[in-house]
Amino acid sequence: MKYLLLKHYRGAPAPVNDVSMDKWTPDEVDAHMKYMSEFAARLEDTGEFVDGQALAPEGAWVRYDGPGRAPVTDGPFAETKDLIAGWMIIDVDSWDRAVELAGELSAAPGAGGEPIHEWLEVRPFLTMVPTVTE
Amino acid sequence: MNDSLLRELVPAVIGVLVRRGADFASAEDAVQEALIRALSTWPGDPPRDPLGWLVTTAWHRFLDAARADASRRGRELAVEVEPPAGPACATDDTLRLYFLCAHPTLPQASAVALTLRAVGGLTTRQIATAYLVPEATMAQRISRAKRRIAGLPLDQPGDPGTVLRVLYLVFNEGYSGDVDLAAEAIRLTRQLATLTDEPEVAGLLALMLLHHARRASRTGPGGRLVPLGAQDRSRWDTGLIAEGVTVLQAALARDRLGEYQAQAAIAALHADARTAAETDWVQIVEWYDELLRLTGSPVVRLNRAVAVGEADGPRAGLAALADLDPDLPRYAAVTAYLHERAGDLEQAAELYAAAARTAASVPERDHLTREAARVRHLLCP
Repeated sequence: MKYLLLKHYRGAPAPVNDVSMDKWTPDEVDAHMKYMSEFAARLEDTGEFVDGQALAPEGAWVRYDGPGRAPVTDGPFAETKDLIAGWMIIDVDSWDRAVELAGELSAAPGAGGEPIHEWLEVRPFLTMVPTVTE
Repeated sequence: MNDSLLRELVPAVIGVLVRRGADFASAEDAVQEALIRALSTWPGDPPRDPLGWLVTTAWHRFLDAARADASRRGRELAVEVEPPAGPACATDDTLRLYFLCAHPTLPQASAVALTLRAVGGLTTRQIATAYLVPEATMAQRISRAKRRIAGLPLDQPGDPGTVLRVLYLVFNEGYSGDVDLAAEAIRLTRQLATLTDEPEVAGLLALMLLHHARRASRTGPGGRLVPLGAQDRSRWDTGLIAEGVTVLQAALARDRLGEYQAQAAIAALHADARTAAETDWVQIVEWYDELLRLTGSPVVRLNRAVAVGEADGPRAGLAALADLDPDLPRYAAVTAYLHERAGDLEQAAELYAAAARTAASVPERDHLTREAARVRHLLCP
């Protein structure tokens, strides 16, 4: 079963260790990055890692504007409530295991080297194959 | 020689290496390497004796790895370099591999991966592609599984139930990537049925054949899901149905009923109806009663309610849902259907929409969304 662990720049409830990253020391940033890459490596080792990606905070809104016309772009909108920082996709045996791993990821160190206790969103994948039920 | 014939040789080759003194994990690795080499060299230069080629190549790989390992540890190589003439009992070897790969101590995803590699003869890359995970992740999943069962004796009888569950999971995965997992599951179950006379193995084989027979009619254009009642029955594979029914009848004659045989019996009754209206729902309900007695599963009670709805009317079907947990997967979809049949369109539309929100797969969600739209349209054309 695959799950998406979503990390938010904005839009998630406030973490316990609520200091934004630009106010950390360089060593604290390094320690955080190291934790994240070790976490991914450990999941690869347990056969549970699928994908992980960080996203730039700024992008744009794009939409179709009719035949023969270039797409319209707009933004970025500062007022957007929700902003995704990145994701990790895991393939695990159960929801409980997904929650356990999200808990570990949320313990990544932040300011003062203390765990951030960041809220991560865990979302199950919809599969492409319906289980035979007829 | 095509790939599937090559794959069929894999468990026998592992068996030969183990009988020559290799441990299962190293033997399996060596055979996988030989397999990958065969896949790249055989098309241009096929060997005269494929089995002999695989055994020789895998054995040399094993010896190379064992020597490297021994010199790393500063130890003597424990196995005989000259292979003893092994006693030939390839069928028992293969059966034991099924049990070992589906060992109850393994997580299900690991048992599936290991079975597909060691018994199915698929490469790690093919398995990774089929399950949409990176090859490195799948390789780790398999080597961890092998570490977990290291030291377990290969000559112990195992639990057929866990093997059948693994094969059933593979079957349900259907078709993704370049590997037809449903067909692979059938091949492995068919092979297992030649190795053991356990009626439930035949029951599972029959169930798979009967479901597989309907595969072409189960999806419409764009992958849309076509429910049983709306399927074009002329597209059902009558050859597979006939085989499934024969296998099932032989199993039932043994008089040791199990859940797979009961499920296959239900599938056979569907296959037997020339039109949806001719379906023998009364007999299907009786088989669901058997299945419920065997499993006590709430999912079976849910499906039984659908059959009761057809046999005795939608109100009876709704009554059969009493005491079931509404959080059960597909509970909303079943109640939606029964309410629609009972003429409560308002409620049916809402339940279809709710069912779509909790669907676990994309085709199911889309189907339920269309059902909600259809019923809403009946209400306000």
